Amino acid sequence: MPELLALTGNEAVAHAMRQINPDVVAVYPITPQTSMMQKFADFKADGLVDCELVLVESEHSAMSATVGSQAAGARSMTATAACGLALMWEILGIASAYRLPIVMPVVNRDLSGPINIQGDHSDTMGARDCGWIHLFSENAQEAYENTIQAIRIAEHHNVLTPAMVCLDGFIISHGVENVTIYDDAAVQKFIGEYNPAYMLLDAAKPMTLGALDFSDFYFEHKVKQLDGINASPQIILDVGKEFKQTFDGEECYDFFELYQMEDAEYAVVSMGSTAATARMVVDELRDKGIKAGALKLRVYRPFPSAEIAQALSKLKGLIVMDRAIAYGGMGGPVNIDIRCAMYGINTTPMTLNYIYGLGGKPIEPEHILSAFDELLYAVKTGKPKRAIGYLNLKEDYDPATV
Amino acid sequence: MMKKYFDANYKDLPLGGLIEEAGNAENYETGTWGTFKPVFNAELCIQCMFCWVYCPDSSILVNEKGEVTGIDYVHCKGCEICSVECPTKPEKAIIMVKKET
Ligand code: SF4
Ligand code: SF4
Repeated sequence: MPELLALTGNEAVAHAMRQINPDVVAVYPITPQTSMMQKFADFKADGLVDCELVLVESEHSAMSATVGSQAAGARSMTATAACGLALMWEILGIASAYRLPIVMPVVNRDLSGPINIQGDHSDTMGARDCGWIHLFSENAQEAYENTIQAIRIAEHHNVLTPAMVCLDGFIISHGVENVTIYDDAAVQKFIGEYNPAYMLLDAAKPMTLGALDFSDFYFEHKVKQLDGINASPQIILDVGKEFKQTFDGEECYDFFELYQMEDAEYAVVSMGSTAATARMVVDELRDKGIKAGALKLRVYRPFPSAEIAQALSKLKGLIVMDRAIAYGGMGGPVNIDIRCAMYGINTTPMTLNYIYGLGGKPIEPEHILSAFDELLYAVKTGKPKRAIGYLNLKEDYDPATV
Repeated sequence: MMKKYFDANYKDLPLGGLIEEAGNAENYETGTWGTFKPVFNAELCIQCMFCWVYCPDSSILVNEKGEVTGIDYVHCKGCEICSVECPTKPEKAIIMVKKET
């Protein structure tokens, strides 16, 4: 029977891991992920999981251990955040290149420095081109469900691509919500037994992994790697559909979720917990007679370019919310991706980019409302006050003063 | 298998850069890398086997009697270690010669 429990996002994901019961889990603490692995270690101590818990000495080792055990043929997981993910960076690319379907929850936190332990998306944005699937979660329920679905997506033999399940540091990881934990047996049946595409411990089939690869084949191997992530969109949709049917779930199982978009003239794109705030703002604007809508992006990699372009093409104005700065680039990473997706369609809306929430800076409805004010003005006059804005900054950033 | 592998397009490559056949490095030609190549002179050789011990690429050819007979140019990378280690005097039994391009 499904159980409704009061859980933090970290605990909810730990429950997903308990139900997945991987063969190997590499553990290393980092705020705000620590309480997730702590909860999972409790499950292990209580005999609720029978996995091998490997206590490693760094995140570089955590991902290395996970790669090693997954390549050996064991379903393997780890979890991290922020600078921990940064330290894993080298091995992230190895995991995806070896086509190892590792699933890793990442509790999104800013990168140092200055040192800050709160939430933003700078960490996983640094790993966006590492060949991993990135699923973003709006709340604890989605983080729990995305973790379960990620196993099926990553392990699908057409995909065989590692996946990150992203949840906002503190807002989701430490906030307590009502979370439906589905029946253990039903979840285990949904996930199924791990069937590795290859395993180094198969003595009957000796093989070498990670050999030197020069200019005669490296490029070919990297291009072949595209097969997995390029096959993943259909599998993400299939798995989402099956999950919804199996568990009668009510979360987002698509690439993105549309809110009030049927007749919308203005819309806001966001990822993670901010999506809920964005919907409140849309309601407020609708009450005032403004045709506003919202798009919550769940699948950030592979980026659903064609679908996004179609969903946004009829708008007059668009706000793209970015919880990270792409230094030296055009605003934030989501903005860059959305603008690329919209290139070539002849009805591109007026697009404004807003950076927000770095280092846990609060994002409230009034901030998104102020962005809509600027958008309405920009659409009316044809001239945006600024193309890239910074919400809830103590003073407006003025590029002209540089 | 090796022929298939070396002629393969990216589509035919094994998943994840796997090498599915143990010991197939022998079939990978690395002998084109060097600028110099070692040349063996059997008349000067005292069969001390130093070159065979030191060669990092197992490129010193040895017959059934255990005698050095020459160089495996398919795998020799031209590192010169064999020639440096060869003890014969005044002339070494292995000397390095610039390869023709
Ligand atoms: S040059 Fe180097 S690789 Fe070639 S035979 Fe001599 S020691 Fe071996
Ligand atoms: S090191 Fe020189 S002398 Fe000794 S076996 Fe090799 S070629 Fe002959």
